[in-house]
Amino acid sequence: MTTRRIMVWIAEHAVLVALGVMFLIPVIFVLLTSFMGSGQTLTGALWPHPWDVSNYAKAFSTAPLGRWFGNSFMYAGLATLFMLVSSVPMAYVLAKVRFRFDNVIFFAVIVAMLLPPQVTQVPMYVMWSRLGLTGTLWPVILPNLFGHAFSIFLLRQFFVSLPSEYVEAARIDGNGDWGILARIVVPMAKPGIAAAAIFTFFQAWNDYYGPLLYASENKANWPVAYGLASFHGSHSTDWGVIMAVTTLATLPVVVVFFFAQRTFVEGITLTGVKG
Amino acid sequence: MMALGLIGLIVFFVYPLVANLYYSFTNFDLVSAPTWIGLKNYEFLFSKDSRVVHAALNTLWFVIILVPVRLAASLGIALLLVRRRRAAGLWRTLFYLPALVPPVASVVAFVFLLNPGTGPINTILRRFGINGPLWFNDPHLSKPSLLILGVWMMGDIMVIFLAALLDVPRDQYEASALDGANAGRQFLHVTLPNISPVIMFSAVTGVIAALQYFTEAAVASGVANGKTGIGSSPDQLLGYPDDSLLTFTQWMYVEGFTSFQMGYAAAMAVILFIVAAAVMAVLLRRLGLFTGRAES
Repeated sequence: MTTRRIMVWIAEHAVLVALGVMFLIPVIFVLLTSFMGSGQTLTGALWPHPWDVSNYAKAFSTAPLGRWFGNSFMYAGLATLFMLVSSVPMAYVLAKVRFRFDNVIFFAVIVAMLLPPQVTQVPMYVMWSRLGLTGTLWPVILPNLFGHAFSIFLLRQFFVSLPSEYVEAARIDGNGDWGILARIVVPMAKPGIAAAAIFTFFQAWNDYYGPLLYASENKANWPVAYGLASFHGSHSTDWGVIMAVTTLATLPVVVVFFFAQRTFVEGITLTGVKG
Repeated sequence: MMALGLIGLIVFFVYPLVANLYYSFTNFDLVSAPTWIGLKNYEFLFSKDSRVVHAALNTLWFVIILVPVRLAASLGIALLLVRRRRAAGLWRTLFYLPALVPPVASVVAFVFLLNPGTGPINTILRRFGINGPLWFNDPHLSKPSLLILGVWMMGDIMVIFLAALLDVPRDQYEASALDGANAGRQFLHVTLPNISPVIMFSAVTGVIAALQYFTEAAVASGVANGKTGIGSSPDQLLGYPDDSLLTFTQWMYVEGFTSFQMGYAAAMAVILFIVAAAVMAVLLRRLGLFTGRAES
């Protein structure tokens, strides 16, 4: 029995280590290549010799990378801020207030969350072009001010799990809904709100389709994820430089993740399991 | 309190859904007013547009291959991780991390890793005397290459499965062990029934994501082709190589937003809506939302 257990332990760890290496290989080669000079990347070298950090500087001189990063931070930052303003109160009402048609509205939020964005794309594009906002990132930023379906769903699930006794007690003490939200729900639901904020930030940071649709004609308004997609060919054919940009575009997301890992994993779990 | 959200639902969801249906019966180029042409767009879609059929079949490939493979891989790794006591967090982070990388960055990285000339993977294969394939430049391997990428990025599903596996009551395993069940039987009779709602949820959201598969395919085509980004001449660039990566939503993008056949794109959106809504109904029925029992 014990030898059998040891064999299973060894087999499982062998598989895990092998898989782990396979999952790490892409990251390792991207990083290594980003430190190779242009002479080396053309030869199919696997290890930088010598280590060359100039790709990172070159990346900023071959494309308006600083501006693209600024656009990404603006897009992701404003989208997150707007989402919080619109979605936290709505999620609170859906979670803690009973009223006619509350199920209908929650149903509509879920449907809006699940359906592909393309099903409403044509009229949306017409709307934004009539407003003269195509060519900018506003068509992907402004809708967050009017509710972000996924965040409303996530926050509502989180708020539902808070004990209703606190809400009722605060109501008896004479608080209105805004008071309850500010004094009771938000302080208790900080992890859930943080998770929704991080998801929205990442979704905006990673977005490719939105900027393609609305801002592709105007290079000065590209976010970095969109700029990266067109880097090969239009800005550089040097894989070393391209891998440096790839690394830089990924860095902010990884940094945020390591600061908020627990919140993040709990948030994902909440969306999938409670569903 | 819901004012902003309700305005959003009406202006950014209900209105465009209805307007899209109207546009689908019109000829509309964004500049002049839409003109009513009845079912002409649908007629063209179903009988004359051979590229839309090709694009739909490519999308179907991602639905029936990519989704199940990703689910199976996620479940397999979650099963390996659920038994870890030591360094559990480290393993979880390692397998989760790729899901965090921006999809565009992942695609660019994979096109580089698998590029036939100087890519590390083919370089390593060459050292073993193997002539590596063309990967993203081979119409037969471009979709399987994206499948490898899709498995690499499976972390978010894996974390959900892992949480579900940790939630399976321990006493059920103990009871079935007393009945003499081996590991295989335990998986079938204890693990699977307990986590099936989570698998169902991931399958439905996975299928809906596959129906709108766009970014990975578009970026892979553009980068592997090595030409300027897809803003320039999308007709030729999207789908490279040989239309093997042209998906339904990419063709809708080309028709609607580069050729400005917006009535036709609206008709394609209606088809997408019908298919996605049918898939979604499976999930909503399961959640009890059709019968009004909307409690979490």
